[in-house]
Amino acid sequence: MISLESKNLGKWFGPRKIFEEIDFSLPDKGSLVITGKNGSGKTTLLKILCGLIRPTQGQVLIRHDGKNLTTDESRNLFGLVMPDLELYAELTALENLSFLSRIRGVIPAPEDLKKIITRVGLEGRENDFVFSYSSGMKQRLKYAFALFHEPDILLLDEPTANLDDEGIELAEEIISLQKEKGVLIIATNRKEDFEYGDKILQLGS
Amino acid sequence: MEIKSSNWVVKPVWILFKDLKSEMRNRYALNTIVMFALTTLTVVSFSIGGFSLNSRITSSLFWLVIFFSSMSGLAQVFVKEEESKTVNLLKLTASPGTVLVGKLLFNLVLLLVLEVVIVPLFIIWMNLSILNLPLFFAVLLLGSLGLVCSTTIIAAIISKSHIKGALLAVLSFPILLPLLIAGIDGTRLSLESHDFSAGFGDLGLLGSYVVVMFTASILLFDFVWNE
Repeated sequence: MISLESKNLGKWFGPRKIFEEIDFSLPDKGSLVITGKNGSGKTTLLKILCGLIRPTQGQVLIRHDGKNLTTDESRNLFGLVMPDLELYAELTALENLSFLSRIRGVIPAPEDLKKIITRVGLEGRENDFVFSYSSGMKQRLKYAFALFHEPDILLLDEPTANLDDEGIELAEEIISLQKEKGVLIIATNRKEDFEYGDKILQLGS
Repeated sequence: MEIKSSNWVVKPVWILFKDLKSEMRNRYALNTIVMFALTTLTVVSFSIGGFSLNSRITSSLFWLVIFFSSMSGLAQVFVKEEESKTVNLLKLTASPGTVLVGKLLFNLVLLLVLEVVIVPLFIIWMNLSILNLPLFFAVLLLGSLGLVCSTTIIAAIISKSHIKGALLAVLSFPILLPLLIAGIDGTRLSLESHDFSAGFGDLGLLGSYVVVMFTASILLFDFVWNE
């Protein structure tokens, strides 16, 4: 059983305050939608939650069966899709997934790689270099990266950005499945996505 | 079927393989350091012409070529990840220690490739006669390890900065000064003496430098990486 708690989180970039006193708690199978105008700190908050950047104040607590986890212990629990995250352009989709899986500590089976590539709709293009991908295909590959290790906590920043109708359906299916198996946090301003959150956090208000 | 590979020795090797594969495809650092090395070497060789230099000046020029060539390429190892926005991929998937050792290994391979090109050319063009080959290569190896340890952590620091070029020069000079002094002196001794034991002092200094820089890098990297 995974849970995530934000305690009094605050972030400043130099003298500029982005947000402060962010408190929420998400149990297993809990979901949160973060919304707010541009620059309100949605992406920054997601980065803090998964340990990419440090908060100026407060802390994030990740618990597994009641035990607090360290950053090292919780690293493999997160799956993240966000515009700030780019895959290696000079590698193919398969090479990207294989490398990132190996440094997580798992040597992936070829059939598992093929399965995830098919799931995100990139079959037939898995051996192409990522620099030849369109922005929508890159977004699909980011989903493959985020889901390949079956994360307990899925963080999505603008989950449908750059996706076509079929891609949006895929994203919605992934979101629905994650709600049933773990923690889900979405940063978005798209009204249709608000329904996925058990709670809604408005930043910059 | 997936296979668990939690060995902390193996993970940095995957980073090395990835970086080598990327490097072979886009020549991000290799072209820069080899071209810089060849240019420097040519300028030095032409400016000296037929003059015969003493061993101190020759060994200083030797390390000068290696230092400037390596600086132009080795510092790119983290800058490249920052500029292509892939740094977050590494942060999400690997521990700071894994990333540091992986990048150290890549820089070491890059420097060794550079030296395979530079050293024979320098010996031929400068008409160098090395009296003590084992000492020459021992100094070169330890000097290279020290250079790699220091440039890798400096690369991590400057990659977070907006003034990368200026910061590289400011940080590198004081940190690399002891290494260059010992390297130059050890190389001079290898040109002058058949006695390997004459270089023990410089080898000891270079060895200590490697240990200190590696330990400091491991201790500091977590803060640099997560800043």
